[in-house]
Parts: sequence; C-alpha cells; structure tokens
Amino acid sequence: MIAKKLFAAIVLMAVAVGPAWAVQPNEMLKDPKLEGRARELSKDLRCLVCQNESIDDSDADLAHDLRVLLRQRLQAGDTDAQAKQYLVDRYGDYVLLKPPFKTSTLVLWLGPFAFLLVGAGIAAAYYRRRTATAVAADPAVAPLSEAESRRLAALLEDDKKS
Amino acid sequence: MIPETGHFALILALMVALVQATVPMIGASRGDRAWMDLARPAAFAQFALVAIAFGALVTCYVTSDFSVLNVAQNSHTDKPLLYKVSGVWGNHEGSMLLWVFILGLYGMAVAAAGGNLPPALRARALAIQAMIAIGFILFILLTSNPFARLDPAPFNGNGLNPLLQDPGLAFHPPMLYLGYVGFSMAFSFAIAALIEGRVDAAWARWVRPWSLLAWCSLTLGIGLGSWWAYYTLGWGGWWYWDPVENASFMPWLAGTALLHSSIVVEKRDTLKAWTILLAIITFSLSLLGTFLVRSGVLTSVHSFASDPARGVFVLALLVVVTGGSLTLFAFRASALKGGGLFAPISREGSLLLNNVLMSTGAGTVLLGTLYPLFTDALNLGKVSVGPPFFNSVFLPLMVPMVVTMAIGPLLQWKRGDLAGALSRLKVAFAATVAVAVATWLLAGGAAGPLWAAGGLGLAAWLFVGTLIEWAERVRLGRCSFGEFLQRCRHLPRSAYGMTITHAGLALVIVGITGSTAWKTEHIQVMHPGQTVDVAGYQVTLDGTQDNIPGPNYTALRATFTARKDGKLIAVMNPEKRQYTMPPRPTTDAAIHTNLIGDLYVVIGDPDGAGGFVTRLYYNPLVPWIFLGTVIMVGGGLVSLTDRRYRVGAPLRTARAVAAAARA
Repeated sequence: MIAKKLFAAIVLMAVAVGPAWAVQPNEMLKDPKLEGRARELSKDLRCLVCQNESIDDSDADLAHDLRVLLRQRLQAGDTDAQAKQYLVDRYGDYVLLKPPFKTSTLVLWLGPFAFLLVGAGIAAAYYRRRTATAVAADPAVAPLSEAESRRLAALLEDDKKS
Repeated sequence: MIPETGHFALILALMVALVQATVPMIGASRGDRAWMDLARPAAFAQFALVAIAFGALVTCYVTSDFSVLNVAQNSHTDKPLLYKVSGVWGNHEGSMLLWVFILGLYGMAVAAAGGNLPPALRARALAIQAMIAIGFILFILLTSNPFARLDPAPFNGNGLNPLLQDPGLAFHPPMLYLGYVGFSMAFSFAIAALIEGRVDAAWARWVRPWSLLAWCSLTLGIGLGSWWAYYTLGWGGWWYWDPVENASFMPWLAGTALLHSSIVVEKRDTLKAWTILLAIITFSLSLLGTFLVRSGVLTSVHSFASDPARGVFVLALLVVVTGGSLTLFAFRASALKGGGLFAPISREGSLLLNNVLMSTGAGTVLLGTLYPLFTDALNLGKVSVGPPFFNSVFLPLMVPMVVTMAIGPLLQWKRGDLAGALSRLKVAFAATVAVAVATWLLAGGAAGPLWAAGGLGLAAWLFVGTLIEWAERVRLGRCSFGEFLQRCRHLPRSAYGMTITHAGLALVIVGITGSTAWKTEHIQVMHPGQTVDVAGYQVTLDGTQDNIPGPNYTALRATFTARKDGKLIAVMNPEKRQYTMPPRPTTDAAIHTNLIGDLYVVIGDPDGAGGFVTRLYYNPLVPWIFLGTVIMVGGGLVSLTDRRYRVGAPLRTARAVAAAARA
C-alpha cells in the first residue's frame, strides 16, 4: 500500500516536471481525417495520472499510451462514441473530462440550473414584493379613487377610438 | 538577526491588530470618538510592522540566507535578482506573508484616504480589517512560519521551479493578491454597514473605488497568468479551466457582479441587501481561492488530510469568516430597506440580470472545481470535471449576458423602453449580421464553423452597441462640433470607463473565438534546412545550437526563419532549457506577432538522426485576448479617476476655502 502510494507520488512528480509535450510526430496517423478525429477526442479524455490535463495536452507516458490506443481503435473502424466507450470500459468515467449525467453527477449537472433558478427566483420575488409594498405603503401611489378610475377608463376609451 | 526581527515584527503586528480589532469597535458602539480614532494610527502601525516582516523575508531571499528554511527550500544563489525576489511569494509561507502585507497596505490606505468617512463606519471597517489580519497572522505564526531557521545551513538552496522563473509569473501573484485582498475592503465595509444597519448611496460611493481597484488588479493578475500559460506551456493554449485558474476566476465573476450592483445602490439606493451579500461572497471566494491554490487540497484530498494542522486552520478561518458574516447578514439584512422601485425592463433590471448570470457563473465554477473533491471525500467514486464541462455550461450563460450588455446601458433607470433601445441599436444589429455573414463566407461557407461566425457577430454587437451608447451621450453628429467636444469633456470618467471596458471585452471575445476556431498546428520532425508551410508562412529550421549557458540553465536554441512570399518576416529563436537547480526542462517558445495573429514556434527533443521534433502553430487573434484584457483594466482605471470617487475631495475643498478665507 505504502509502496503504491510512493509510486503514485513519483509518477505525479514526473508528470509535474516541465512543460507538456503532448502529441509526438511518431504517434500521429497518416490519414489527416482520422488524426483530426483522434485529436478532437483526446481533448475530452483525461490523462489519469495528471492534474486535470487531457491526454492531448499531457506528456505523461500514460497519456502517450492512451493516445496510441485511441488511434488504434479509430483505425480499427470504431466510431467516436465506440472509441470513447472502449476507454471508459477500461478506466471508468474518471477518464472523461466531461462527466456523464448519472446519479453521482446529478448535483454537478443540475447545480448550474439550480443557481440560475434561485437567482431568477430572488429577482422575481424582489419585483413582486417591491410592487406590493409600494402600493400598500406609499401614499403617493395610493389606489385610484372611484372618480379617478372612471376618468382613466374614459381616457383609455378615447385612446382606442382614435 | 534579520529573520528574527521579521518574526518579532509579525508578532507585534498581531498585537496591534488585536487592539485595532477591539478598541475602535467598542468605541463605535459607545460613540466614544477617542476610541474610534485609535483605528487610524493602529492601521499605520500594523502596516509598518508587517512591512518590516515582509522586508526581512525579502532581504533573506536577496542575500540568499540559507540558514532560513524557507529560503533554502525555494531559492538559489544562481537565480537572477528578479526571481530571488519573486521567490518570496513563490511558496506557501511567503505568499501568506505577501497577503498580510497587502492587507496592511489597504488598511493603511483607508486610514490615510478615509478622511471624509463617518468616524464610526471607518472605525468599524478598520476593526474588521484587523480581524482578518489576526486570522492570517495567526495562521502564519502557528502553521506557516517563513522565518524558521535551518541548522546547519546548507551550502546552497533548492532553487525555484523554473516554470515560475518568468517575468509574467513574477508579478502574477502580487496582482492577484491586490485583487483578492482588495475585495476585503468591500467586505469590511459591508460588515460595518450591517452592524450599523445602514447602507446608502454614500456607502456605495465609498466602497466602489476599492472594489474597482481590486477588480482591475484581479483582471490584470488573471491576464498575466493566462499570458504566461500561453507562452511558456508550449502549445499555445491560454485558458485550461484548471482548478488554480478557476480559483481566481470565481472571485472575479462575483466581484464583477458586485461592481455592477453597487452602481444600483449608488444611483438608485436599492438592491442593498443583495450588494452586501455579494461583497461577502466575493471575499469568501477570494479566501477560498487563496487556500485552494496554497493548501495542496486540489492535488489530493488525502495529502491535505495527512497534514491537518494547516488544513484545519484554513477551514476554521473560512467557516468563521463566511459563516459569521452570513449569520450577521441573516439577522440584519431585513434592516436594509430598499429605496427606488424599478421594473424588470430598466437599467437596474439589466444590471440585476447581469448579477444573476454572473453569480450563476461563479457558482458553476465553484461547483465544478470542488465537485471532484466532494465525490472523492464522500467515496462516490472519482469524477473528472474538465474544460468540456465548463465550456458547455458557460457558453449559454455568457451569450445572453453579452447580448444584454449592449442593451442595458441604453435603458432608462426605473422603467426602460426596450423597443426604443433596440431601435437605437439598429446599426449594431446590422454590424452583427454583416460580421457574422462575412466570417461565415470567409471561413469557407457551409464548411466553416458556424459558431465562430456567431462569436464574432456577438463581439460586433457588443462593440458597436457600446459605441452607440457613448455616441448618444455625447450627441455625436447631432450637434455642433463645439458642443460635441464640450460634451466629451463633461461626460463623467466612469461613463468612459464603462465604454472602454465593455469594448475591451468585445476584443477579448474576438480573440477567444478566433483562436479557438482557426488555430493551425503542425507537429513534425524537422531537419536543418527543411521548410514547413504554416498558415501562409514558410517556416524554415536553419539550425540548432546546443549547450548555450544561461544564468542557471543551459539551453538548446534553434534558429527558424519565417518567410511570406519569399520575403523575410522574422528570425525566431525558441529554446529548450535544462535548469540546473532544480533540474527540470522548460520550453521557451518564440512568438512573432503582427497583432492579427501569432506565429508560435517550439523546439523539442532531437530524434537521434539529426532531426528535431518541432511544433509550429498559427494562433489567429490571440493577441486580441491580451490586448482586450489590458483595455478592460484601462477602462477600470479611467473609471477610478472619476471625480466622484476622489475620496475626501469635497471635504478638503471646504477646508481649503476656509483656510483661504482666514488668510
């Protein structure tokens, strides 16, 4: 266990070293279309031993292996979704930088909507309360008297006719 | 002797802060003027003592005193002077001391410039500043002492991570901290106002310059960090949604919301409770940002838990500051009676919409950054939250916001005329359509990325819309030239500030869109003499030279020439450096910019057969991101010089008049 942790620490240190070199020329596929798909896909896949880096950005050995693996799948005729699923089957959802929508990510995906709803709710409550208290409390905007109401109705009628 | 002096000064600063936190507070509640006025000399003394402590640590770094543990761990005699100094804040302990130093600086600024503040408000605000200082100084003294000695002293130090040895990153932390800590001013004033139960237009006017200064510093700090990432990490990206970046982006979003809602408090005397809440949230996020980056919790929840002294202190501090202030808010917010009414379609309404969207953005970044930590800590499995998540959530939030940014300033206060505002934006709408269609056609018609056309169209909408608002205010083309000039002169600086900043954001949007949509990349093995075509440039590798000595590294330097139609455009010298202490490689990209785009050249490892891995990029419009950021900061600074915010100006004039009358 301790050895495993130590190993993980060493791997992390090795990863933290220097700038990322990412994709190497000898990894790249001859077919530019296939290579383009591989690049797009690798941006969404996480280098599992790095801090939040995609395999497209990372220079870790594991990222290299995953890039090669991904390209092998694409060459074998996998669709984008199949190639991604292939990696998820082996490494779990952790490999996806955009986590799938499921129970454990419910809060993550619904959170932004909840924030927006709360914000909109506060704003709406604000507008409602404002109008209510204004009419109730402010003598300057007291409700119309009967005479005023009649006069308003007449004016509105006039407006419609013209 | 010097480190002990610094240590001792820091302890004294803690004592002064204890006095500053209590006596003026009690004085303010009793109405005792002498007790209240103690806050000002205390703030000066606290700053002086913290400055001595900070100066002592800087001296230790500059003189390479390796008997100080912190210096031995983070410095080296071979480092250039700039990086010896920046090494002070390149580590946890030193950066905390920088934080306290800047806190003291702001406290002193309030004490010096706050002559026109009501004495009770000033006393309370400075007392709360001192409470924050107590928390941080205790944190340093108890868990993160930068002055700890090392015996025997090593012959030389461990050096600084070479990635941090860069002018962009040397100034990045101080700018960020000027921002983070600057928001502590808004926080202290907010808490002081909650205690007093009074928030009014004058309060907003006192707070606004501090928030504005903090916002400018934070924007510049984030920009510097992004620029550094762009030219050092070696593949031309400028934003990664990395937790460390998110840590500074959260307070920026909340702070931007705070700036806008405090306008409503100042002009219309409403949205008070909301503004106070934003001040609390912004500073809490600043604290969180500081600790996320410095505590190591992001690397691993477990490593954080294995060294609990710091972690527990940090959490306790966050709980006390955030929890305490929110509790106070819950009790006192109802006392803040709002003034002016407004309809949803109005200037206030658009600012409120900005607030809702910005806060949702800040909440989303917070959730996305902390979510992996939560699932890990709660054993729900490991989750990655990366750029694709943030992009997909952020885009739908920011598009309506930018659309509103052009409309809002054209609406009247209280009740606006949306149809009228839109009809005044006809030109902007035409520009949007023209730019979008032109982009789409130039990018190859149906094959071109449609969203890029949308992005540039949106930028055009914001840019032209912003200019229309300015043109209407100065009646450009609708009055005589003389009147126009007169109006230009009399338009408040804060109005110019808004125009400049919003226009700057339009440039940033252009840069973001362009660099994402049309970046080209060529990765290959090149032999000397070989030429590669990059976005219309012919880039030739002329040769390489190895083992070039630098101050604390040796470099492999390549010479590239970039030509366009046979004409020499630039000679470019990217380097691959191997630092000696600590022994790490870095890349030094060579960038040739013409402000439309950057030619970006990186030299990599030799392939063993005389060739080198090279990475050649063309990054279109990236300079606009940084140019736009600088313009946004410039707009903020222009706004800061607005006459209304010159703290103390009216009082001093009155005094001058009185003095003149006496003479």
